[in-house]
Amino acid sequence: MSSFLLSRRTLLKSAAIGSLGLTTGLLTQRPAFAEDLTIGIIYVGPRDDYGWNQAHAVAAKALAQVPGVKVVEEENVPETIAVAKTMESMVELDGAGLIFATSFGYYSPFMLDAAKKYPDVQFRHAAPLWKEGDPKNAGSYFGYLDQAHYVDGVAAGLSTKSNKLGFVAAKPISTVLSNINAFTLGAKSVNPNATVQVIFTGDWSMPVREAEATNALVDAGCDVITCHVDSPKTVIQTAEQRGVKSCGHNASQADLAPKGFITGAEYKWETIYKQFADTLSKGGTLPNFLAGGYDLDFVQNTPYGAGATPEAIKAADAAKADMKAKKPIYVGPLKDNKGNEVIPAGTSHPPYDPWIDQINFLVEGVTGSIT
Amino acid sequence: MADIAQQDGVPAMAGGLAETMDRLRRSSEYVVIPLFALVVAGLIFSLFLFALGQSPAMFFSLLWKGGFGTGFSWQNTLVRAAPLILTALCVAIPARLGLVIIGGEGALVLGAFTGAVASIPLVNAGAPPFLVLGAMLVTSVATGAVWIGIVGALRHYRGINETIASLLMSYIAIAIMNFFVEGALRDPGNPNKPSTQPIGEANMIGEVPGLGVHWGLPVGIVVAILLWVLMNRTTFGFAARVTGGNVRAARAQGLPVGKLIVTACAIAGACAGLAGFFEVAAIQGKANASLAAGYGFTGILVAFLARQNPIAIVPVAIFLGGIAAAGGLIQRRMGMPDATVQVLQGLMFVVLLVSETLYGRLPFFRAKGDRR
Repeated sequence: MSSFLLSRRTLLKSAAIGSLGLTTGLLTQRPAFAEDLTIGIIYVGPRDDYGWNQAHAVAAKALAQVPGVKVVEEENVPETIAVAKTMESMVELDGAGLIFATSFGYYSPFMLDAAKKYPDVQFRHAAPLWKEGDPKNAGSYFGYLDQAHYVDGVAAGLSTKSNKLGFVAAKPISTVLSNINAFTLGAKSVNPNATVQVIFTGDWSMPVREAEATNALVDAGCDVITCHVDSPKTVIQTAEQRGVKSCGHNASQADLAPKGFITGAEYKWETIYKQFADTLSKGGTLPNFLAGGYDLDFVQNTPYGAGATPEAIKAADAAKADMKAKKPIYVGPLKDNKGNEVIPAGTSHPPYDPWIDQINFLVEGVTGSIT
Repeated sequence: MADIAQQDGVPAMAGGLAETMDRLRRSSEYVVIPLFALVVAGLIFSLFLFALGQSPAMFFSLLWKGGFGTGFSWQNTLVRAAPLILTALCVAIPARLGLVIIGGEGALVLGAFTGAVASIPLVNAGAPPFLVLGAMLVTSVATGAVWIGIVGALRHYRGINETIASLLMSYIAIAIMNFFVEGALRDPGNPNKPSTQPIGEANMIGEVPGLGVHWGLPVGIVVAILLWVLMNRTTFGFAARVTGGNVRAARAQGLPVGKLIVTACAIAGACAGLAGFFEVAAIQGKANASLAAGYGFTGILVAFLARQNPIAIVPVAIFLGGIAAAGGLIQRRMGMPDATVQVLQGLMFVVLLVSETLYGRLPFFRAKGDRR
């Protein structure tokens, strides 16, 4: 285990050194920009967590290869005064012109304060929190991961034998609920008999409880497991050990489950980061609020693993095309799992509908409760 | 040795200067040995850096730059040191009574949480800031005092190991906060990060003018000095130290051991609660899971490095604050993982513990005529 981590770290390091060399090589022949842009990226956990932070770190690495861009990164920065000081330090000591604060709790008060203190520096935060009245040099960017979870659900629905799917979730908040619902609706769209059993662990990173929850779901007969926790590593590994299939979340976990991995819902922050760097280097203004899904290439699915059946791959590819064409996931008539009608017949909620951000129920077909 | 022999040869000089010099020489042991240990830790750490193919010179120059090299670095360092002074006091005061309390984290979190809760009705009623902050301060400090006071009482009256009890109670404290923050006391305005209702911009404690650091730092330093006086210059402190030296002897002398233990623990908890108050009133503005940031645990390291001396805690906290402040710069400039700085801290801790064996063994620091 530790030797594995070590080799991984060495790998990351050599990759970093390699990309550094590449950047230096490119720097000599790049077209002249007005000035170089230093971009600071802050992570709440380790960069190689197989999850939320890694998704950003992968994008940071891609960003570092853009000519004229220098990336400085800091990991394990808690949501305390420490992040305020990290942002200030990136501005004061590294001359950062753009800062990506990637953890939810960085926003208020820390990033808002930093934006007020340094009006010439751009601050962007990875959650849909910016609203009118917040500093103009601050902003939000976000990806609708539920669309990728819908594709996961389609693939899972056609890869299961027991028709029972398991979902390990952190907290019953809107972002998580919309992913559980999308996964369920995706599965039911191709396999009406599919049901999803959900277990909430209560927090974003609880490896022991995540393993327990995975085991409990497998014991209950689920043969495909997916999750919404910060680092899906434990869940995917446990599922693989138990011999069941799995779908990923946040970043690629394909190499953790060579036998059972189907596909995974991934953010593609790279699209947004490169877009922002490009805008700034051309002297443009960054949007204060930017959110998108498959249509804008902000989310993606991990390449199919050995767990995906041929039918699943075919149906999931079709679902991806639907998502790119902005086909709504939430279509009436739809009931929640308590039998109440939440969307009447003839109504639907397309992507970008604010209704999706306020979801506070689990759809029919989900076993589990949010209270 | 020759030095000592020579001094022995000098006839006992009447006069304050020689005596003062002698006392200085003897007490310098407590400065020289830890500094020596830090240098050794630095050398071992340099080997570690060499093994990784990194430059120790660059590491230490970044450590200096990020922690102490610029005005901004000092701000960064002091802000990080502020909670550590108070949480280290939570370890150091009971340590004088021979108790190893490592649950400052829980007292900090629970103190911060109850303080934030106390503010809610007052903020809603539109009370002036001094009233809101006053209520928060009293609540936070009292909660911390009760929480660690319980640990002391369990130790004395029920014989429960205070180290384990305080650590486990930390988890209970954090769970209590999470239970309410995610349930009954959750602010509906903050749906995706469960928190209590914010105390509001107007009720926040500002920074010390011209320093860029919140009031937790000067308050922490004052508390450290007061507690040094309490432990070293009062009968309470004397009785506490006697208890720490030998409980049975203290009891034989008729000292109220139980009362001393519970009081010292309550003082310790009050310090951690005070740190919690500043986390809410000066930084977060509300209570949520971010309060459990590990200050209570780093405080243990600070207290041990300072050899449980309340005054020594201040420079040690600033030193560790500086290392934490520089950690970010080191990550960014050298591309090293965050764990690098933790390796350095761990090495320092181990080498300092080992260096404890040197006390009293070096002839230079011995009193005149002591020829062990």
